[in-house]
Amino acid sequence: MNELGSVSLVAALAFAVYAVVAGAVGGKLRSSRLAKSAERATLSFFALLTLAVFALEYLILTNDFHNAYVAEHSNRDLLTFYKVAALWAGQEGSLLFWTWLLSIYSALVILLNRKKNRQLMPYVVAVLMGTGAFFASLVLFVANPFQELSLASASGTQPFTPPDGNGLNPVLQYHSMVIHPPMLYLGYVGMVVPFAFAMAALITRQLGDNWIRTTRRWTMVPWMLLGLGILLGGNWAYAVLGWGGYWAWDPVENASLLPWLSGTAFLHSVMIQEKRGMLKVWNVVLVITTFFLSIFGTFLTRSGIVSSVHAFAQSSIGPFFAVFLCVILFFSATLLFLRLDHLKSENRLDSLVSRESGFLFNNWILLALVFAVLWGTLFPLISKAVQNVTVTVSAPFFNKTAIPMGLLLLFLTGAGPLLAWRKTSFQSLKRNFVVPSLVAGVSGGILLIAGMRHFYAWMTICLSIFVAFSVLGEFWKGARTRMKTAGENFAQAIYNLTMRNTRRYGGYIVHLGIVLLFIGFAGLAFKTQAKALMQEGDLLRVKNYLLRCDGLTSGDTPNYEYTRALITVTKDGRAYTTLHPEKRFYKASQQPTSYVSIHPTLAEDLYVVLSGLDEDTGKAVIEVFVNPLVMWVWIGGLVVFFGTLLALVPSRVEREMAEIRRTQGVAVEARGWD
Amino acid sequence: MKNRKLKFGIGVGIILAVVGWEAVSGFQQSKTYYVTVNELTQGQGARRRIRVGGTVESGSVERHAGKVTFRLAQDANSIPVRYVGTDTLPDTFKDGAQAIIDGDYLASGEFQAEKIQAKCASKYQAAPVSPAGGAKNPKVAGL
Repeated sequence: MNELGSVSLVAALAFAVYAVVAGAVGGKLRSSRLAKSAERATLSFFALLTLAVFALEYLILTNDFHNAYVAEHSNRDLLTFYKVAALWAGQEGSLLFWTWLLSIYSALVILLNRKKNRQLMPYVVAVLMGTGAFFASLVLFVANPFQELSLASASGTQPFTPPDGNGLNPVLQYHSMVIHPPMLYLGYVGMVVPFAFAMAALITRQLGDNWIRTTRRWTMVPWMLLGLGILLGGNWAYAVLGWGGYWAWDPVENASLLPWLSGTAFLHSVMIQEKRGMLKVWNVVLVITTFFLSIFGTFLTRSGIVSSVHAFAQSSIGPFFAVFLCVILFFSATLLFLRLDHLKSENRLDSLVSRESGFLFNNWILLALVFAVLWGTLFPLISKAVQNVTVTVSAPFFNKTAIPMGLLLLFLTGAGPLLAWRKTSFQSLKRNFVVPSLVAGVSGGILLIAGMRHFYAWMTICLSIFVAFSVLGEFWKGARTRMKTAGENFAQAIYNLTMRNTRRYGGYIVHLGIVLLFIGFAGLAFKTQAKALMQEGDLLRVKNYLLRCDGLTSGDTPNYEYTRALITVTKDGRAYTTLHPEKRFYKASQQPTSYVSIHPTLAEDLYVVLSGLDEDTGKAVIEVFVNPLVMWVWIGGLVVFFGTLLALVPSRVEREMAEIRRTQGVAVEARGWD
Repeated sequence: MKNRKLKFGIGVGIILAVVGWEAVSGFQQSKTYYVTVNELTQGQGARRRIRVGGTVESGSVERHAGKVTFRLAQDANSIPVRYVGTDTLPDTFKDGAQAIIDGDYLASGEFQAEKIQAKCASKYQAAPVSPAGGAKNPKVAGL
């Protein structure tokens, strides 16, 4: 199996290199035979990587500890579910997984563009496979998961198979950790597709609407999955790490947020180009930035250049990534510079109060946020280079910069869609803004009277109400018109309205999801925590909860031993729930870990951790957090996810437009391939 | 028109000023010098608010009446550390773990750590690549 894996990797690399050459030459010579051949090579790349992935999974599932990777990241008693996940638990396997996902995206691009974008495709394939060749060679030469263990002795080296493996890192043995990395990787990797289309459009000078329309969808999918990946990561951190929070501004977390932010900017500014033919250069820059940040994030996580608690250790792959990043930057910047003449804006900004300028502000703020987060993350490196001292910055810096910018964005989330294209009259401004502003103002007043004194939390709630009402107002206005003109009932009207323009109303739902996320964030201002040593019969009061310890039990499973605290909770004097936080000791990896017990409700989570046993008294160290509104973060994230899915559904308006384009496009296509 | 542009400019200016001021104050509040154990032992005197990275020396961890002391080592150098923080130490904190500690280095040569982060050294490590294709990972081989 090790041989099979290595051989498929070698063959995959060969196919990738061939596809780059055939694609580039085929595009240049306009040879559809070479182009087809490059596409077939890409499909072979996909098939071979699939084979390599299956080979590694086979080794993991059959407990073949002769393989170094399997010995390091799995063990016999690991649940099958988690064994599958061991594929991406370490450096080598996860790079292989990354490359495999890239091959899946590439194959999909080819299958979905058999009849479309024929002039762009050879170059798209070349760029995709250029990236593929880079990752395949990393997996093959630098971080090969198919290495075999051997023991050096006096008589030479001999093959070695340990009786059991080191086991999967216990903190990774959690259900959302199994889907979190694939989603995150699908997000990172997928950003290569818009980049490939942008490069192909620049090379062929086909810089009209076409590449932008194709790219928008190919950006939405990875953007959505990256967002889901980040959310699941937060959920994992919250439920497993036991510190009561879900976001710590750790470099690895920041790395995943950066391409998400610049991707968000792109998805918005794309609309200005489609509607008004503006910001063409800017859009190309955003696509390049997003792809660059995706690769950069992968690099940051794995090279060990910034210290992070959950980064991969210092490793030898850093320099390769650095070179690859320089190549991307040089290649795309040169190409962009050569094609500047073809990217002239067709219109100019008419008014400061217009949809266009709303999008522009949104872009500036998102990019400022990218810059701030990047600056904070890389500050240790910057200060080392400039002053030769390493200075790190932590959460206060990120919070202080991100919160005001986040609030401005939140405001635009509601205000932007209310602005008209080109120029918004004062009348329409008044008509659209009066209700949401009034409701938000009145609610804000009530909250102040009720005693809310945390400025940012108060501001967040007021803005959230403003945005929610302005977005819901859009649904209401649209539905009312349909009810009047088409005689539909309310439910029908909402359904038809949404399906007729999924893009617009899907977008609104995403905005509502963002509002829910912010409400969840605001809850952070009101968290309460307590800590106590407890034994049977001890009581601990936190806010209106009373926790009683009913003792400790311990037990054993094949994979880990555990100590469990039994805790009965009463709330306001009434029986509420029982919680069982555990301290686990995983046998294979010889590592302890905490198993948090959470009682979640829409209002607040009761979060209990058994941190350990006090050495002197033998009592349990119990930490309790009361986290308000956390549930809304998960709900908001899911709403964003489903809103994006909805926006991906082809709408009736779009289908009609596509039909018109097809009849016009045939003539153009025929001229292109002579 | 000109008037509106001016007002707009002032508005943007205020926003930039607020964000900029927040950034600077957040920066001042949280900036921490990162040094290694070697740099610390070679330097002179006390330093406040620093972050030190190193390895938890095997067998040095002592727990007395809820207080934890240990030695943080790098190569041949090490410094005594007293944990004075309130958070419970992470599960990954144990002999041989890589640790990052935040706190003050006192003139007495003792480090008072307010925050300790740790990661288990054996995980997430790229297997050393040898030309023969066989990784000789002592951690695995020594099982």
